[in-house]
Amino acid sequence: MSDAPKSAPAPSGRAGTKKELPEHFKAYKHVWVAVESEHGLVHPVSFELLGEGRKLADKRGVELGAVVMGSDPQAIADAANACFEYGADIVYTVTDPVLTHYRNEAYTKALTDIVNIYQPEILLLGATTLGRDLAGSVATTLRTGLTADCTELAIDEEGSLAATRPTFGGSLLCTIMTLNFRPQMATVRPRVLSMPKRTPGRQGRIVQHPLGLAEEDVVTKILQFIADRDSNKAQLAYAEIVVAGGLGLRSAENFQLVKDLAAVLGAEYGGSRPLVQKGWITGDRQIGQTGKTIRPKLYIAAGISGAIQHRVGVEGSDLIVAINTDPNAQIFQFAHLGIVADAVELLPALTEAFRKYLSVNRLAG
Amino acid sequence: MHIVVCMKQVPDSAQIRVHPVTNTIMRQGVPTIINPYDLFALEEALRLRDVIGGEVTVLTMGPPMAEESLRKALTFGADRAVLLTDRFFAGSDTLATSFALAAALTKIGEEFGVPPIVFTGKQTIDGDTAQVGPGIAKRLGFNQLTYVARIVDLAPEVGTITVERRAEGGVQVLSTRLPVLITMLEGVNEIRRGTLEDAFRASRAKIVTWNAADAGITDMTKCGLRGSPTIVKKIFSPPPRAEAAQLIATIDQSYDAIAASVMSEIFKSQPALEDDLMRFSAGP
Repeated sequence: MSDAPKSAPAPSGRAGTKKELPEHFKAYKHVWVAVESEHGLVHPVSFELLGEGRKLADKRGVELGAVVMGSDPQAIADAANACFEYGADIVYTVTDPVLTHYRNEAYTKALTDIVNIYQPEILLLGATTLGRDLAGSVATTLRTGLTADCTELAIDEEGSLAATRPTFGGSLLCTIMTLNFRPQMATVRPRVLSMPKRTPGRQGRIVQHPLGLAEEDVVTKILQFIADRDSNKAQLAYAEIVVAGGLGLRSAENFQLVKDLAAVLGAEYGGSRPLVQKGWITGDRQIGQTGKTIRPKLYIAAGISGAIQHRVGVEGSDLIVAINTDPNAQIFQFAHLGIVADAVELLPALTEAFRKYLSVNRLAG
Repeated sequence: MHIVVCMKQVPDSAQIRVHPVTNTIMRQGVPTIINPYDLFALEEALRLRDVIGGEVTVLTMGPPMAEESLRKALTFGADRAVLLTDRFFAGSDTLATSFALAAALTKIGEEFGVPPIVFTGKQTIDGDTAQVGPGIAKRLGFNQLTYVARIVDLAPEVGTITVERRAEGGVQVLSTRLPVLITMLEGVNEIRRGTLEDAFRASRAKIVTWNAADAGITDMTKCGLRGSPTIVKKIFSPPPRAEAAQLIATIDQSYDAIAASVMSEIFKSQPALEDDLMRFSAGP
């Protein structure tokens, strides 16, 4: 269930008019990031958001805040320090045993309460399973606007947050604003934003906030946590080299050619959304807006047409190499290196070329 | 037990085309389908009903043509379908959508029995926001269970439910109290084909159709565009990268020759990569 993609703003509707911000929202100030930390570790997406939040805060001439919630005082202190070093001016902490593991009701209360007290104008969260679960609840409780899975955040000429995301199943982009409500909320997927530089020793202020919720008030209980075994998991998001295939491979069997090249390059492999829908690959290997966003040094796309939802998921790559039989394929609009050829024929040749080159040069070395 | 499944009719994204000149969506002739993620919710609801008894109601908000999707859901075995349709809902964002659906769910409770479980898919394939499920939960005061992979235990008599849900880095086993809003993870079940009897019943079934007033909504400022805090400023197609892709010559070239050019261009552009690869290929 979700929102319908909206048509262009009607001139007579409220969408076309910029009303004055209601009086009680005018005090809302500063840019915040809700930091995600589970099992004692901060998710890298939170630092990526702090990097972007810093730019937005500077543009607005306000402070950058971070909200850290959890139960272990040491872990929270460490997370707060990391937030300062990644650009936060102020860190709001909520420390309580009830927050040991993520549970919607407790985290929604913690975050909603401090938003109501300290009133940020912008609130950013990672578009992870945790962030999406939390953001939807907080935005509904606050009755404010939330834009999911943004690919670009900016401050417009009137000082509002302009959040851009793919729409219509990823075939176009749209820019969404929350003009008359505060805070303006947005989520961003991991790796969409680049990791900011860390400034060791950078400091800031800590504001502690009590949760005000007892364990017996929380009806949801965590009985068990079964950690994923990392060996089985695709590590696409943080891979250095990624090889991916699309429908241009023509059959599930031919997807092996992608895996072969990936094996020679020590790369992760993935595919476009239609391959997941056809069952050629599993969902955790999907690359694009609704799958994984990647920022490798080298990305090879074989037989992928390059719809916008795919483009926004790979645009951070240093070098994009596209193989497609159609010279007009959209992927050639954003690839660095293009080869108009049949990927099914070229992939084995490429695998062999790399294999030979690497073995010869290794022997020589 | 009465279970409600919230569904959405969406354009079949595989068939969406963008006009090459105007960059607008070409909607004509694009077939609509039940949001594929919602089918996992529907199947899970039907399985629960088969085990513990009761009824499954499917609910959708949309234009009158969304009736097709509801009828389809009946052929899979749903017992009742409710269509919430009103021009006041046009332009709803996720907050306005959850407002209208929560109102309809309350009305469904009054008319057909209060549902202790409401299901949705984890997100839609057109909006991709995953916000409406949590929105409904908050508005109704239901406990929220997103990305559920499996229902481990359900004890309606004591009002508890235990599920496995996908979390960051692993699976959480959670227990909570009814009523709950569950968003189902994809791939955890497969929608049944439905029986001939279901198909026959679906073709003759009367779809319960409500407008905003029927659903008990009196405050129209919370609906549609007026009730949506977010507004769409512009819709656009991103421009091509400033520099066009460098094309490798392929005419009259063997695949081996093309491959050699590609490799050399990759190393020229990313010299550091060659060292990385050498190190990898040398093995640990």
